Amino acid sequence: MVNYFSLFSLTESFDIDLASLSRTYQELQKLTHPDKFAGGSEQQKRVALQRNSQVNDGYQVLKAPVSRAEHLLALRGVELAHETQTMRDTDFLMQQMEWREALAEVDSAEQPMDVLDELNDTVDEQQAALKQRLSSLLGQPSQGNLQEAAESVRKLKFINKLQREIAETEERLEA
Amino acid sequence: MALLQISEPGLSAAPHERKLAIGIDLGTTHSLVASVRSGVAETLVDENGQHLLPSVVHYTTQGHRVGYEAYQDASKDAANTIVSVKRFLGRSVADIRHNWPSLPYEFVNEDAKSVSFNTAQGIKNPVQVSADILTELRGRAEASLGDEVTNAVITVPAYFDDAQRQGTKDAAALAGLNVMRLLNEPTAAALAYGLDSGQEGVIAVYDLGGGTFDISILRLNKGVFEVLSTGGDSALGGDDFDHALANAIADNVGFDATQRKQYYRHLVSAAKTVKEQLSDSPTARLDLAFGNMGEIEIAREQLNLLIEPFIKQTLRACRRALKDAEIGKDDVVEVVLVGGSTRVPFVRDQVESFFGRAPLSSIDPDKVVAVGAAIQADVLVGNKPDNEMLLLDVLPLSLGIETMGGLAEKIVARNTTIPVAKAQEFTTFKDGQTAMMIHVVQGERELVEDCRSLARFELTGIPPMAAGAAHIRVTFQVDADGLLSVSAMEKSSGVQADIQVKPSYGLEENEIADMLKASMSHAKGDMQARMLKEQQVEAARVLEALQSALAVDKALLDDRELAVLENTMADLDAAAKADSTDDIKAAIDAVDKASQVFAERRMDKSINLALAGQSVEQL
Repeated sequence: MVNYFSLFSLTESFDIDLASLSRTYQELQKLTHPDKFAGGSEQQKRVALQRNSQVNDGYQVLKAPVSRAEHLLALRGVELAHETQTMRDTDFLMQQMEWREALAEVDSAEQPMDVLDELNDTVDEQQAALKQRLSSLLGQPSQGNLQEAAESVRKLKFINKLQREIAETEERLEA
Repeated sequence: MALLQISEPGLSAAPHERKLAIGIDLGTTHSLVASVRSGVAETLVDENGQHLLPSVVHYTTQGHRVGYEAYQDASKDAANTIVSVKRFLGRSVADIRHNWPSLPYEFVNEDAKSVSFNTAQGIKNPVQVSADILTELRGRAEASLGDEVTNAVITVPAYFDDAQRQGTKDAAALAGLNVMRLLNEPTAAALAYGLDSGQEGVIAVYDLGGGTFDISILRLNKGVFEVLSTGGDSALGGDDFDHALANAIADNVGFDATQRKQYYRHLVSAAKTVKEQLSDSPTARLDLAFGNMGEIEIAREQLNLLIEPFIKQTLRACRRALKDAEIGKDDVVEVVLVGGSTRVPFVRDQVESFFGRAPLSSIDPDKVVAVGAAIQADVLVGNKPDNEMLLLDVLPLSLGIETMGGLAEKIVARNTTIPVAKAQEFTTFKDGQTAMMIHVVQGERELVEDCRSLARFELTGIPPMAAGAAHIRVTFQVDADGLLSVSAMEKSSGVQADIQVKPSYGLEENEIADMLKASMSHAKGDMQARMLKEQQVEAARVLEALQSALAVDKALLDDRELAVLENTMADLDAAAKADSTDDIKAAIDAVDKASQVFAERRMDKSINLALAGQSVEQL
């Protein structure tokens, strides 16, 4: 597996400087884009294509907190991709169900936009808390912490999905 | 011919030695070729001073004609005159029958996945027809530039799928052109206006041609062009204006149905003339000699009323494209006009009031795409080593694979920056299974049947194992032109699976190879000599490049690696002195393999050096 942190010469950490990530991305594009090797040998073009693909993928992975955490976990031997592990935290699941119900019933509310705003705020809060938790767990990577971090990533995925659905509902109500 | 030029990336040849490269706008109704000369990108003319080449090829028993002459023949010999071949690239006969039910062509096999026409010159497919147009343009460029030209940038619509892009590239290969890049048409138009060096923000490219309308929303960010969304109507254009006006003229002079039918072609061509006059003056006079109807006068306002519904239709498509891009009209910082029909003043006015800003129109809207392509070709061929601009394209349509129940599972989402590679793991479901089939589709819908089938990849040579024990890692690689290739490896054994590609539309690889061979067969006598010479030149090129690289970076290899590489280089040197083309090819391949790691390490070294420099700057 390619270590995207080293490709972007970043320290392996959940907390990264996004501005510097984006600067390095532009720099790496200039060094690896196949257009820069249009007059080069087939081999140079091939190597550029491989490296540039990694640069593009690495940028996407590192940019978003969830995929960044997943990548960090994978580097530490905890593979989350395509896993079938189910969520065990029943409190979290109950909470999710409540929020989903609230979202489903928003149409019948008197002030649906207000309900959505409130829901948005609560969900954002939980998301921020999870991210902070992730950052501290990944900062001291013991085996137990890694497993808990993996659980946090799973939760964040739930939350991202919910946020997308809230946004879609918002758009539908505005139209 | 600068075949032997070798320079490290970033270092150009001597400044006076400009390398030749052309930009080609391979259009539906007409095509153009442009090149940068003395720092200025301009379209090149034929011997009659014409810039536009009608995208029409007429096949006769004697040969073929391209352009205006062929266009004249279209009405006389419709079955042998292929018009607007671009619509047929990467399409099946069924697609074409569905979209254009009354075409005058005789298709060779109605059921085939790839199209071929029966012409007086034999069977021709859309790739060959396109190649004939490209060859004509290449010839024009060589006459005009006074030297052999092989390097080209060719434009394609932003929404072109893999099969259509591949078809364009195959046509170029047949025409003897090396495609440095397939460039999206709207990106080319934006480049022509130098928008890459200007402000950042969203650019709308409004392209109204004779028969098609395209709207593209691009985002420019730090020298990076990204296509956000595209839309349009493949059956809406300036031709509709002409027909509407023709009918209005007929009404005006009181033609009955018979007269209307009898004089329809004259009416349409009269309408075209009136439309063009009205672009420059508020009224147009027309002598209707054909119906003895005398002279009539038409005001611009009359034309405006007639074409308003069509323009409204284009603006609705613009609104949808903005919505798809998730941006508002206010975010648009520039509007670029492309296509001859944007010369009509009312079109400009309406576009201006829709976007709330005056569109850019200083470059001839027929030429702007070719001009942009030429600018990019000049950069790619290495004439502007200091140019920092980078065109990052995105994948226009999501790539996915067929899974259980006819569902499409997305592998690479649309609007992902390319090149990109994604790996997916598969396992066998039967003991001893040695082959599997992967069906790749392109599109946004969830069901495979609603997406466009791209190809079926058959993997063979999987080592026999118990069911579920073989883990096959399949890598989907999309290159900078948006073209897909697939490779596969069994993980535990490291065995590379063989892959046969069965494209769903268009031509298979061996068909292209056969066509290439056939196109060269008239010169069979010196072909072998030429191929040997080419391989010897290539061998010299490979060795020289490696020697200079080793002189700098020998330390990147350990003694054993270096010994292996130097052995293969010695073999290649020996092979190049003998006269077996195949031996040289094999020796080049061996050197290529042995030096792959070296090439990777050199690139990583340059990356590390640059990034180290960057972090020092930031201290």
